[in-house]
Amino acid sequence: MQEGTSVTAADVISIENFSLWYGETQALFGINLPIQSGGITALIGPSGCGKSTLLRSINRLNDLIDNVSTGGDIRLLGSSVYERTVDVTSLRKRIGMVFQKSNPFPMSIYENVAYPLRIAGQKNRAVLDAAVERSLRAAALWDEVKDRLRKSALDLSGGQQQRLCIARAVAGEPEVLLMDEPCSALDPIATLKIEELMNDMRGQLTIVIVTHSMQQAARVSDNTAFFYLGKLIESGPTKTIFSEASHQETRDYIAGRFG
Amino acid sequence: MNTTTKLKSPNKVYSLLGREEGIPWVWVTGGALVTILFMIVALLGYIFAMGAAALWPRDVVLVSAAKQSQSSAESPVITGVFQRKLMELSSPASADSSSSAENNQQVAAAYKPNNIIYQANLDFGVKEFAYVSDNELRSASRPVDIWYVERREWGPFIGYVKGFSAQELLNAIAAAADRDRSIARFEQTRIRPLNKELERIRVELKTIDRKNTGADGTYDLELQRLTSESERISKLYESLSSELRTMRQSDSDVQVVLVSPEGREKTLPISQVIRAFQPNQLNAWSRIKLYLSRVYEFVSQNPREANTQGGVFPAIFGTVVMTLLMTLAVLPAGVMAAIYMREIARQGFLVSIVRVAVGNLAGVPSIVYGIFGLGFFCYGLGSSIDELFFRDRLPSPTFGTGGVLWASLTLALLTLPVVIVSTEEALQAVPRSLREASYGCGATRLQTLLRVVIPRAMPGVMTGMILAMARGMGEVAPLLVTGVVKLAPQLPVDAEFPYFHFERSFMHLGFHIYDVGFQSRSAEVSRPMVFASTGLLVGLVFVLNLVAIRVRSQLRKRFEGRGAF
Repeated sequence: MQEGTSVTAADVISIENFSLWYGETQALFGINLPIQSGGITALIGPSGCGKSTLLRSINRLNDLIDNVSTGGDIRLLGSSVYERTVDVTSLRKRIGMVFQKSNPFPMSIYENVAYPLRIAGQKNRAVLDAAVERSLRAAALWDEVKDRLRKSALDLSGGQQQRLCIARAVAGEPEVLLMDEPCSALDPIATLKIEELMNDMRGQLTIVIVTHSMQQAARVSDNTAFFYLGKLIESGPTKTIFSEASHQETRDYIAGRFG
Repeated sequence: MNTTTKLKSPNKVYSLLGREEGIPWVWVTGGALVTILFMIVALLGYIFAMGAAALWPRDVVLVSAAKQSQSSAESPVITGVFQRKLMELSSPASADSSSSAENNQQVAAAYKPNNIIYQANLDFGVKEFAYVSDNELRSASRPVDIWYVERREWGPFIGYVKGFSAQELLNAIAAAADRDRSIARFEQTRIRPLNKELERIRVELKTIDRKNTGADGTYDLELQRLTSESERISKLYESLSSELRTMRQSDSDVQVVLVSPEGREKTLPISQVIRAFQPNQLNAWSRIKLYLSRVYEFVSQNPREANTQGGVFPAIFGTVVMTLLMTLAVLPAGVMAAIYMREIARQGFLVSIVRVAVGNLAGVPSIVYGIFGLGFFCYGLGSSIDELFFRDRLPSPTFGTGGVLWASLTLALLTLPVVIVSTEEALQAVPRSLREASYGCGATRLQTLLRVVIPRAMPGVMTGMILAMARGMGEVAPLLVTGVVKLAPQLPVDAEFPYFHFERSFMHLGFHIYDVGFQSRSAEVSRPMVFASTGLLVGLVFVLNLVAIRVRSQLRKRFEGRGAF
C-alpha cells in the first residue's frame, strides 16, 4: 500500500476524484468515495444520476462502450484499476457483478455457476463441484436445485434466476460484489430473499448496491451515498443519511419529494 | 348509407368509405396469403401425384380405330397403355346444311386426336405413341393373357409369350437375374482388380520414365520387372475374360419367344428381361406389390435407356453428397466471416463496404458463379493439384476437370451471402446482458465469443444453413459447367480406397430433370420420369430441411429457452 494516501486498511475500494465522459457528455464529476471493507454500501439517487455508471466503472465494464473516457482513479486494495498495465480480466475476476435483469447463460445450472472457474482454467471436477455447491448454498438456491443441476438455467423462475446470478458472481470468490438494482424486476418475496442473502454475506464480502428503493437501502446498507446529476452530494452511515442528512436535495429525495 | 351510420360508434375510426379503417386491407392480405398457400400446396400436390402415378402399373388395351385419314374399310388395331387424354371432344356434327368449308372445319375439330396411347414394341418399327380421336374408336378390349415385359433395350414389349407358362417364365426370369448377379460379381472381384493393376503399372512406367537419368542400370531393371509383370497380368486377364465370355454365352442361350399382338415374333434372351407381368389380370394386392418394387427400383437402381427408364439412385446420391459437401464448406467459411465482421473488426467504412459487397454477391446470376468455379477451381486449383500430385496420369486430368468437389465449392460460394447475413443477424441479436455477464465474470473476449455468444447464435446460424441448403439443392446452372454429367457410372463415395472420390463427376437430380425432360428423344416418353424425379427432388429438399429445422428447434430450446419453430 502506498504511503501518503488517505486509504485506510478498512477501505477496499477508494474512488478518488473520478470523472467519466460518454463522448462529449460528462456523466460523473469528480467523485470521491471510500468503500468500507466487509460492509454494504448503497448508491442511491434519481434515474440518470450516474450511480450505475460509477458501479460499472469499478470493474471497468464501461470499457465495452465506445467513446468512454475517464479521469481520476479508482483503487482496489490500494492498486489502481485504471492504470495502463492492469489486466482487466483478472481485475474482473476479483469483482463479482449482479445485473438489474437476471442474465443466466443458456447452459445448465451447474455450468452457469461453474463459469467463472471454467474460464479461469479450472478443470478439476471435485474443485468445480465444491465451488458450485458452496456458491449455490451462499445464494440460498442449493436446496431448490440440487436435484436438477444439469437442467437448463432458463427453466428457473425469475427470482431463482437472479439468485443463480448471485451464485455465479460469488463462485470465483471475489473480494467485492457489485449489484446493479438486483431486485428491480423481482416480486417482494424474491426481493426479501435476496436481502436476507446480502445480510448473510455481510462481513465476508464487500457489497456495493445500486438501488431505487429507499426502504431497501435503509434495510440492508451500512453506508449510503446519494448522487444527483453526476455528482456525489453526500455519503455517510445509512442511519445518518436517512435521519439527519446535511443537504436539502438528499432530504427531499429520501422523503420522496422528487426522483 | 343507412347501414354505416348504424355501425358508427364513438371509439372506432371510420374512413370516408364508411368502413372501419384498415379492415379491407386485412382481408386483402389474408386472402392473398391463402391464395399463395393454396397455389403452393396445389403445385406440390400435383407434382407428387403425377410422380407417384408414373410408376403405377396400368392396364393394356387393344383398340381398333377407324382412322379418318385412311380408307374406311380398314380399321387398324392399336395395342398399348393408355397414356392420357388431351381434351374433351364433342361428337361430330352430321354433314348437312352448312357450307362445305365450315363443315370440314367442324369435322377436323371432332377428329382431333385426343387420346395418347403408348404402343411399346419399338423394335418392330412401331411408333412410340398412337394418337386416336374419341370419335374414331371402334372397339376396345383388355386381353387377360397379354404380357407387359420390361427389358434392357428397346423399351417394354407388349404381347404374348410362347412356350412358357406364366410361372415358368417368372422362374426363368428369377434364375436369369441370379446368373446376372454372379457375372457382375465375377467382373467386380476378378477382372476389375486386374484392370487396376494394369493401370498401376502404366503409371509406374511413366514415373520411372520421368526419373530416368540413364546414370545407372536401375531403369532397365525396373523396366524389365514391370514389363514381365504386365505380361503375366495380361495373360491372366485373357483367361479370365474367355471364362467370362462362356458365362455370358450360356446365359444368353436361355431364350424366350415373344409374339406381338399383330403376330410378329421376337426371340429374346431371358437375361434381357427385367420384369414381366400380365397387367390385365393383376389383383389390387399384386398391383401394389409391383408398384412398390418399381418404386424401389426407381430410388435404388441405375438409369437405363438414356435415363428414361430404370432408377435415379446415382442422381439422388450425387445430390445428397454435393449438398453435404457444400454445407461443410459454406458453414465454417460463412460463420467465421460473419464473426469477424460483427465481433472482431472495427465497425467502420471498410466493414460497411464489405457488407454491401456480400449483399450484392447474392444477386450475381448463378451461371456466373459456375463459370467462375470452372475457371478458378477446375482449371486453376485443380490443374495445380494435378501438376503436383497426379503428374503421371496427365494428360488425362484428375482434379483438373469438373467434379463433385468443385461443384460443391462453387455452390458454397453461391450460398455464402445467405449464411453470412443470417449469422450476422443472429450475432447481433445476442442480448448485451449476456455478454456483460460473461465479461463481468472475468472472461476474455475470445472466451465470451466461444462460450456464450456463438452457442446463443447457433439457431440463427442453422437458419442460414437451411436457406443455403434449399438454395444449393435446387441450383443447376452452376453445375452444368463444374462437373455434373448425364450418366456417372461411379459414385463419388464407394468401397474402393480411398472411399471418397470427390474428383469424380456426378449426377444431380435437378440436372436429371432437365436432361430427361428436355434432352431426350421424346418428351412424352420421359414425362412420367420427369414428374417422378421432380417429386423426389422436392421431397429430398423437404426431408433435409425438416432435419435441419428439427435440430434448430432443439438448439432454440437449449439456448433461448423457447420451443417450436
